[in-house]
Amino acid sequence: MDVLDLSRWQFGITTVYHFLFVPLTIGLSIIVAGLQTAWHRTKNPTYLRLTKFWGKLFLINFAMGVVTGIVQEFQFGMNWSDYSRFVGDVFGAPLAMEGLMAFFLESTFLGLWIFGWDRLPPRLHLMTIWLAAIGTNLSAYFILAANSWMQHPVGYRMNPETGRAELTDIWAVLTNSTTLVTFPHVIFGAFVTAGAFVAGVSAWKLLKKKDVELFRVSARVALAVTLVASAGVAFSGHWQAQIMTEQQPMKMAAAEALWEDETSAGFSLFAVGDVENGRNHVNVQIPYGLSLLATNTLDGKVEGINDVQARYEAQYGPGDYRPVVGIAYWSFRLMIGFGVLAGLLALAGLWLTRRGRLPGGPWFHRLAVIGIGLPFLANSLGWIFTEMGRQPWTVYGIMRTAAAVSPGVDVTEVALTLVGFTLLYAVLAVIEIRLLLKFIKIGPVEEQSGTEAGTDTAPALSY
Amino acid sequence: MELTTVWFLLIAVLWTGYFVLEGFDFGVGILLPVLGRDEADRRTVLASIGPVWDGNEVWLLVAGGATFAAFPEWYATLFSGFYVPLFLILVALILRGVAIEYRNKSDSTRGWDRAMFFGSLLPAFLWGVAFANIVRGVPLDADHEYTGSLLTLLNPYALLGGLATLVLFVLHGALFLALRTTGDLRARAVSLAGKAGLAALAVGGAFLVITQLTAGRPATWVSAALAAAGIAGALAATRRGRDGRAFAANAVAIVAVTVTLFGNLWPDVMPALDPAHSLTVENASSSPYTLTVMTWVAVVFTPLVLAYQGWTYWVFRRRLTGSGT
Ligand code: HDD
Ligand code: HEM
Ligand code: HEM
Repeated sequence: MDVLDLSRWQFGITTVYHFLFVPLTIGLSIIVAGLQTAWHRTKNPTYLRLTKFWGKLFLINFAMGVVTGIVQEFQFGMNWSDYSRFVGDVFGAPLAMEGLMAFFLESTFLGLWIFGWDRLPPRLHLMTIWLAAIGTNLSAYFILAANSWMQHPVGYRMNPETGRAELTDIWAVLTNSTTLVTFPHVIFGAFVTAGAFVAGVSAWKLLKKKDVELFRVSARVALAVTLVASAGVAFSGHWQAQIMTEQQPMKMAAAEALWEDETSAGFSLFAVGDVENGRNHVNVQIPYGLSLLATNTLDGKVEGINDVQARYEAQYGPGDYRPVVGIAYWSFRLMIGFGVLAGLLALAGLWLTRRGRLPGGPWFHRLAVIGIGLPFLANSLGWIFTEMGRQPWTVYGIMRTAAAVSPGVDVTEVALTLVGFTLLYAVLAVIEIRLLLKFIKIGPVEEQSGTEAGTDTAPALSY
Repeated sequence: MELTTVWFLLIAVLWTGYFVLEGFDFGVGILLPVLGRDEADRRTVLASIGPVWDGNEVWLLVAGGATFAAFPEWYATLFSGFYVPLFLILVALILRGVAIEYRNKSDSTRGWDRAMFFGSLLPAFLWGVAFANIVRGVPLDADHEYTGSLLTLLNPYALLGGLATLVLFVLHGALFLALRTTGDLRARAVSLAGKAGLAALAVGGAFLVITQLTAGRPATWVSAALAAAGIAGALAATRRGRDGRAFAANAVAIVAVTVTLFGNLWPDVMPALDPAHSLTVENASSSPYTLTVMTWVAVVFTPLVLAYQGWTYWVFRRRLTGSGT
């Protein structure tokens, strides 16, 4: 392995790891803020207990999101210094804005929320969790704007003297059509994740017959959130697919293992491909499916891998412009597949718990617990598809990944840090999951009136 | 003023904010096993930074992001050149962040206390090493790529710089704890601040004098002197039990140290051993358009951030009394 491969592994592992925590933070922040609002409005202590219970799990997760995020901020310079040199003029701007507008907001107000239960008047305290939640979502917007610029660069020009990309229109970057479709997709995906998490944990508590009333409420709300968000993910994903067909035809073609241009193309369900010769041995399809997904018409034309490859060779010079087709194909399918499963599970759950019922046997609860994993898989596969489907480009059409890597860093350094980070992440994952399980087991504590200890602090700390 | 100079100043401000704020976080982390004799003490020590540490750390993230946006070449050279130290800093910051958040939720605390200690010690030292090297100059080639090795960075001057930030942050942490606690814990913090203050005067003084003699310009003698005066003032104030003044005086000292370093740097951002290859505010900067956009963003949002972070400190201004009360 060379520096390039190792750097790619390092970026991929770190980013996918970061994104295990991110969607849960985004979704749970709003759910917790919603629960606290409900308590504020109704003064019903059930909502307070739920706020504190889910708030604690949210904080355990948030901590991991923060510490893995720091690595991200440094990685561009450490492993991708030529990338940073050549596109920093454009790409650095949304990143810096994210820090100044979003990270300060979420970190400061979350600190106030955790320690402010008996320091702040209730209304003000409620405001702090909302501001933290807004910060979280803002941060997603800016970082996705940065990422979308790599998928579809806009609002820049190439400076012929320096060979660097220079920003010409910040507004174009912030309202990139790619950002506008990616943001809802990712946010809906985050709500699928948080919904399935809350539903799964609630199901587990129901299975143990603990706090049945409380968790019946949680479960129903969470199932509804999951269902609605699944629909949102499907619609926004459909919209994204159309933009992608236009902006990155190679990615769509690879996602479908579609080798030649086709009209009335079918949506492939299962294919065995022959990359060498650019064709499929087996391909099971839903007729017209792809044309419908990609162009909104039954007979729309979708470009094939071989045709785009020929066109790109004419445009960018000789080279292989195909991503790893197998990965693009399967990550795309499995993302959708796991997402659809999560949605169906939510639908079934809502049906089974209608009008105060609880499913008799334990099997559905167990399914719901397993279902927690589905959106995490879908999210990771979504990013693997988006990023690996863009290869060989780092910035589509402008900069190749091979040209982006740090020239001055040597193999040992990258290998060492790759191993170091990976081991650290593995250990932290175990600790985090143990903590989550511990607090799920403890469950929501009774709120004694008067002495509300902060969500995070033992009574000894109520200063 | 040129926009490039404005951004040089802004980045200096961000680093200054970071050192003043996370400086005491680091100090508190290092002092956790020293001053925290029992569990109640240790909880109080950590609670003093609980609500604010994450907000303080964001100063680093924004300093990094702002460097990326305003001086991409600087960001690229610095971060890829200082690869291993930065990796160590990242590991330390990860351990530290997780330790603060998970300690009170875990059944056993010893491991977390250790993670907190080393996670604070390492960056407190390494940031000094990094900045001393930046001021001293590093080997860069014509493409602004760093050509040295890890050992190049571990020269005696840089190690002295690391020691200087380390003692300065320990002092800062001790003064912060003196300000935020009561009783026995406070007394111990005050007494430790006395010792740390003398060490900071000696080590920090030596570092600044060498810096001024090798890379200094006349104007920065003023800030170097102010740094010494700040530490001395902090010592005097803490002896007289004026905790607030002592902390403020040491904050001034940290500001003055950062001003000295950045003041000696300008107009370079990363001087090379061969001056022809140095990165300067001119050749490392973004286009005027990007700088203009970012200036507007900074002008609107920096005061807002200062306001709400200031408010946080106001909300948590009361001293922590520990478990006894
Ligand atoms: C769609 C959302 C999203 C995506 C694609 C990313 N992040 Fe992230 N990030 C968040 C959403 C988020 C968040 C929800 O705002 C987090 C997660 C948990 C948290 O604490 O905030 C966060 C935390 C977080 C932090 C810590 C902030 C703090 O201390 O409060 C940093 C420095 C980054 N991220 C940086 C990055 C970078 C450089 C990314 C690109 C490679 C990235 N994130 C991808
Ligand atoms: C601003 C946001 C992002 C930027 C700038 C970015 C940039 C990059 C870069 C430079 C690489 C390495 C070279 C390459 O293979 O292309 C990469 C790879 C990768 N990224 Fe992203 N990325 C971003 C967000 C994400 C997120 C949030 C994820 C998902 C969790 C992700 C997943 C991946 C994966 C899986 C790889 C490895 C792909 C491969 O090796 O081919 N990325 N990305
Ligand atoms: C139901 C059908 C779905 C469709 C049609 C769909 C479509 C897409 C498409 C086309 C992309 C690539 C965009 C690009 O590279 O330009 C994408 C990316 C992604 N998807 Fe999906 N998706 C679906 C379900 C899901 C689900 C259920 C989740 C997670 C819960 C999810 C999470 C993601 C993520 C995280 C990305 C990467 C970020 C991005 O580019 O938006 N997707 N999806």
